[in-house]
Amino acid sequence: MAGKTLYDKLWEMHEVKRRDDGSSLIYIDRHILHEVTSPQAFEGLRLANRQPWRIDANIATVDHNVPTTPDRKAGVQAIADETSRIQVQTLDENCDDFGILEFKMNDVRQGIVHVIGPEQGATLPGMTVVCGDSHTSTHGAFGALAHGIGTSEVEHVLATQCLIAKKMKNMQVRVEGKLPFGVTAKDIVLAVIGKIGTAGGTGYALEFAGSAIRDLSMEGRMTICNMAIEAGARVGMVAVDEKTIEYVKGRPYAPSAEQWEQAVAQWRELVSDADAHFDAVIELKAEEIKPQVSWGTSPEMVIAVDERVPDPAAEADPVKRGSIERALKYMGLSANQPVTEIKVDRVFIGSCTNSRIEDLRDAAAVAKGRKVAANVKQALVVPGSGLVKQQAEAEGLDKIFIEAGFEWREPGCSMCLAMNPDKLGSGEHCASTSNRNFEGRQGAGGRTHLVSPGMAAAAAVTGHFVDVRELLN
Amino acid sequence: MKAFTQHTGLVAPLDRANVDTDQIIPKQFLKSIKRTGFGPNLFDEWRYLDEGKPGQDCSQRPLNKDFVLNQPRYQGASVLLARENFGCGSSREHAPWALEEYGFRTIIAPSFADIFFNNSFKNGLLPIVLKEEEVDALFKQAEATEGYQLTVDLAAQTVTRPDGVQYAFEIDAFRKHCLLNGLDDIGLTLQNADQIRAFEEQHKAKSPWLFGAIK
Ligand code: SF4
Repeated sequence: MAGKTLYDKLWEMHEVKRRDDGSSLIYIDRHILHEVTSPQAFEGLRLANRQPWRIDANIATVDHNVPTTPDRKAGVQAIADETSRIQVQTLDENCDDFGILEFKMNDVRQGIVHVIGPEQGATLPGMTVVCGDSHTSTHGAFGALAHGIGTSEVEHVLATQCLIAKKMKNMQVRVEGKLPFGVTAKDIVLAVIGKIGTAGGTGYALEFAGSAIRDLSMEGRMTICNMAIEAGARVGMVAVDEKTIEYVKGRPYAPSAEQWEQAVAQWRELVSDADAHFDAVIELKAEEIKPQVSWGTSPEMVIAVDERVPDPAAEADPVKRGSIERALKYMGLSANQPVTEIKVDRVFIGSCTNSRIEDLRDAAAVAKGRKVAANVKQALVVPGSGLVKQQAEAEGLDKIFIEAGFEWREPGCSMCLAMNPDKLGSGEHCASTSNRNFEGRQGAGGRTHLVSPGMAAAAAVTGHFVDVRELLN
Repeated sequence: MKAFTQHTGLVAPLDRANVDTDQIIPKQFLKSIKRTGFGPNLFDEWRYLDEGKPGQDCSQRPLNKDFVLNQPRYQGASVLLARENFGCGSSREHAPWALEEYGFRTIIAPSFADIFFNNSFKNGLLPIVLKEEEVDALFKQAEATEGYQLTVDLAAQTVTRPDGVQYAFEIDAFRKHCLLNGLDDIGLTLQNADQIRAFEEQHKAKSPWLFGAIK
């Protein structure tokens, strides 16, 4: 019999019951809540007169709607947009009523759901983690089974601590070799999506493996798993190793001293067996990956910084040709234009993909001693959490950014989806470290280019896309 | 979800075919963070003379006196009598939410749109399909008789008129079971509560750190 994959093991550890129709009841260890997808779920609980099954499985924070400007220190009342304010207040009230731990807007532990879970040790290896947000795949970096859910499922998890789910197929994405200098986790995952497409992972749980993945820090692994969803997979994972264990150690909600050894022994098993069967395997060579820039309106429309924007005339498939033409038109680009000729109007460094301390260090290394270019209207740095912000300030990164002409903001989702006032104007190009470049994602008519933090900083200081390696020494 | 077993209630006859979900609850009311609050805007464009906006105090709005639900004799109705293809249009679950919140427990019609039909069951609202001529007879009686009531018995699958005449209706066994017992997805999962608890105990024994860390 073939061995088991990491996903197989996690699934088995949490299967409560197999149902007649082939689906299973899966036990959920950690449920993370935010203000946008939870209000109807709480209301549903109240209407049905139900209580949450297990309060201590839940943790909440506000992130999507919160302003990132300093005036928010005045409190929830200071949120100008009424629907945003109501959503934030509603989460506060729901958490207070049910006794759920919430990091409120001005708590130093507040931040983006997918940043605070790992940061607090609320995300642990071997857990099932869900949240009403598709980028919950991020938490899979810890050898956890993590995915996004809808509002009715949020209610289902609150009420039953379980989800009804069907087991997915296994896909391994192997990246072997050494990443070139200046190339990061973001470039790996963009290259993977460019290779397999946005539906390439549909129906699969992805495990990222290979020496280049093992060489990544936990932050880098989170960046990669975060974007598994952009490859069509709800789940992305990396096996547990010493780095995982080291990262978790000493975090506020990590196992206590007495339980630590027992936990670590269990976690070390969270790897795919050598003879495990994968239904599909994708391979990439790390040496061949260059800094990536997305040019179109889907994350798979991505190329290396030294390439040219595609020419629809060179595409034989009429459907693909049509989508290239539409994307070029929306993005205001012409066929065969070199990526480095694309000028940027705004720069956004942040989001659950790239707003952790290592990301900010990468960006600061480029920004240091330079100035934001004159044609760039705004360059935002939005830390993923209050604690990331604090750490960055302790390292003096805030000063580097501010001196270079960047704005240093309070934590939240910010310009990743423009639910708060941070938005692109119509037609503006943005070098963004976020994860989605759909039409209008960062503001109506906005043109998003997905890049790594270093690449975003490089675009900020030169005013156009440039190979970040030319600015690093 | 509320269980549905037997219900006797006042009948409101809505004599129009192809009532779509945008008429049941217009799109401007879908922005809400709530699953409730749609009742006052049920059939908004027919019910009021002014233009409906989210967050209005509907008690202050001018009523369309001609609309059937605004007539004094139908106040407190809980059985909606309707014509064919009721609930067509978009998939919004807000439509059954609005009907249910207004006070309807059941809708009787010769046919329903598919998605609306499904959504109704999820929300404890029973859609009943009767024959065209049966529905016709009910329309005639309801319009002729003030205070006209019908009794619906889900277990027996019957609709009983005040004069004792009974109509039988069909319903899928699984849906009947869920509705009789007030079971939604959550309710069904909770039928396995003992199994979940047993799993939880064994899970806790293996991985005690997963419990109680967050307070
Ligand atoms: S940062 Fe963006 S992608 Fe991540 S949770 Fe917030 S809105 Fe979603």
